[in-house]
Amino acid sequence: MLNNAIAVECSQIEKNFGSGGDAARVLRGINLTVPTGEMTFLVGPSGCGKTTLLSVIAGLLNPTAGELAVLGVPLHTLKPSRAVEFRRQNLGFVFQQFNLLPSLTAAENAAVPLLAAHWPRKKAVEKARELLDGLGLAERANAYPNQLSGGQQQRVAFARALIHEPRLIVCDEPTSALDQNTGHHVMELLRAIAVRPNRAVLVVTHDNRIFDFADRIAHMNDGLITDIETN
Amino acid sequence: MHFVAWQMLTGDRAKYLGLIFAIAFSTFLMSHQVSIFCGLMSRTASQIDDVRDASIWVMDAKTLYLDEVKALTDQDLYRIRGISGVEWAVPLFKGASRAKGPDGHFRAVILMGHDDSTLTGIPRRIVHGDITRLREPESIAIDQVGYEFFFPGQPYQLNRSLDLNDRTVRIVAIVDSNAPFVNLPVVYTRYTQALNFVGRERNQMSFVLAKAIPGLPEGELTGRIADRTGLKALTSSQFGWETIWYYMEHTGIPINFGITVIIALIVGTVVAGQTFYLFTIENLKQFGALKAIGVSDLRIVGMILMQALIVGAIGYGLGISMTAIFFETTQSNLDLRGFRLLPIVMQGTAATVFLIVFLASAFSVRRVIVLEPAVVFRG
Ligand SMILES: Nc1ncnc2c1ncn2[C@@H]1O[C@H](COP(=O)(O)OP(=O)(O)OP(=O)(O)O)[C@@H](O)[C@H]1O
Ligand SMILES: [Mg+2]
Repeated sequence: MLNNAIAVECSQIEKNFGSGGDAARVLRGINLTVPTGEMTFLVGPSGCGKTTLLSVIAGLLNPTAGELAVLGVPLHTLKPSRAVEFRRQNLGFVFQQFNLLPSLTAAENAAVPLLAAHWPRKKAVEKARELLDGLGLAERANAYPNQLSGGQQQRVAFARALIHEPRLIVCDEPTSALDQNTGHHVMELLRAIAVRPNRAVLVVTHDNRIFDFADRIAHMNDGLITDIETN
Repeated sequence: MHFVAWQMLTGDRAKYLGLIFAIAFSTFLMSHQVSIFCGLMSRTASQIDDVRDASIWVMDAKTLYLDEVKALTDQDLYRIRGISGVEWAVPLFKGASRAKGPDGHFRAVILMGHDDSTLTGIPRRIVHGDITRLREPESIAIDQVGYEFFFPGQPYQLNRSLDLNDRTVRIVAIVDSNAPFVNLPVVYTRYTQALNFVGRERNQMSFVLAKAIPGLPEGELTGRIADRTGLKALTSSQFGWETIWYYMEHTGIPINFGITVIIALIVGTVVAGQTFYLFTIENLKQFGALKAIGVSDLRIVGMILMQALIVGAIGYGLGISMTAIFFETTQSNLDLRGFRLLPIVMQGTAATVFLIVFLASAFSVRRVIVLEPAVVFRG
């Protein structure tokens, strides 16, 4: 597969919160292409609209205007039920606060996307264990989130984002709840395990200590993409 | 996802047990209080129930309920007997007397006088002795409660004497009667004997008990008797319900029990419903993550309903078992006899509990459905 197939294509994406004169124009015409086989960073000052753009790309928010194609599908035009299915099959999520379910073990948490896809529990948890193994968490597979360090929790979240082999992974501030060393370590892991020729990884961050991990950095300011640089 | 729902529910042990306890507690309160209430109310008609061999009660036209009667005349009895369709009609005396035991303990008793030749209307469950011996002079039958009162802890033994209005009478039978509302001992004797005990006055016939000829509907005969005599004629079940309604309308019992049941309902709704609702709200973020990951609203609704059903079923099961155990262990207590957990109360409580749980989950479901999955990216 070509290294630069297109995973996400945004053209003139706008997003307003509220309506009329009071509307907050958060995205003001975003043009952005996210290729597969790479790790793309979306960076910019706080409040510039990074999370909002990521939510639109992930199909969690509908754009006010503009065109969006995710893996060739106009995600914003899908019926809600189809959009849910699309997310389940094609997207992996990593959140700043990890968002693991506290009453599930690490392996069970990682298995959630498979459970959502009606896999039998044993099989799903088995696969999750293998994946956690690869992330250096073999010993902690039966631990509950509150028994894990932040870095370990984020690695479980990676496993959850990857287990169903999605073609687009979206991460919002994956390192901002972690200290510098741990942040570095999990980004190394993410790069090693998530970047694949037919998969795109989109990372929102304002943590410039991890910019080195990006293949491509899209700079954002005040609702617009201002610059795109490639490493 | 059932597994995930189950883990979410039971993961927080304290909250899970709190939920179950709240539902169990309100189930117990509701079913227990309603059972006692039904038991008390049915007691008001228990002496009507005890009369098994006659199905029609005739009384003064102004009679409202069992315990307050205006006497009929012998003439009334003869007129009733003359009505076509009446197979037989017999007098029944119901009054009060005072009985004194051998050790001087005395107590008001309900005195029942039954037709001399047929003894119609005496409870059929004979615990000890022989009611046909009531034909002997100065003989009475007494219910178990009465015997226990006058001869506490003593084995059933016949021919013991009591003083009834200063006359010495002999016990020839001990019967198992339904508990009357006032829970006084009941003494049964022949009609003429009863009149002697109370001191004969002219009119002492409280009721006429009658039976329709085979094939004639009771409802038709009661109408006929009322038309011909100007008296009130009711079937046993009509009279029973009239008596129950009288007590419902003229005593504070329904209101007091109503208040308890409403409190149980409020405790159930507020505590159980609220706890469940808060439980969902606290898990909102988790549900949001599941929505983002691609779990459909429908499946999330399924998860919440499943959680609600589980706590509802376990809580209800515990609560209703507590009620059942209560009535099971108090069954041998004579003062509590007749109180039991009726199937209808079980069903009604189940319906109420599941309504509460359903409402709570409906509110919870609403919150989760309107939840924007994009919240998962917010800190
Ligand atoms: N649901 C919403 N309703 C109203 N305003 C919103 C909403 N979500 C975001 N905003 C506003 O949109 C702007 C951009 O928010 P966004 O979260 O996308 O910024 P960000 O670049 O991710 O910032 P940070 O780096 O702090 O996470 C902010 O001013 C925010 O207040
Ligand atoms: Mg953000």
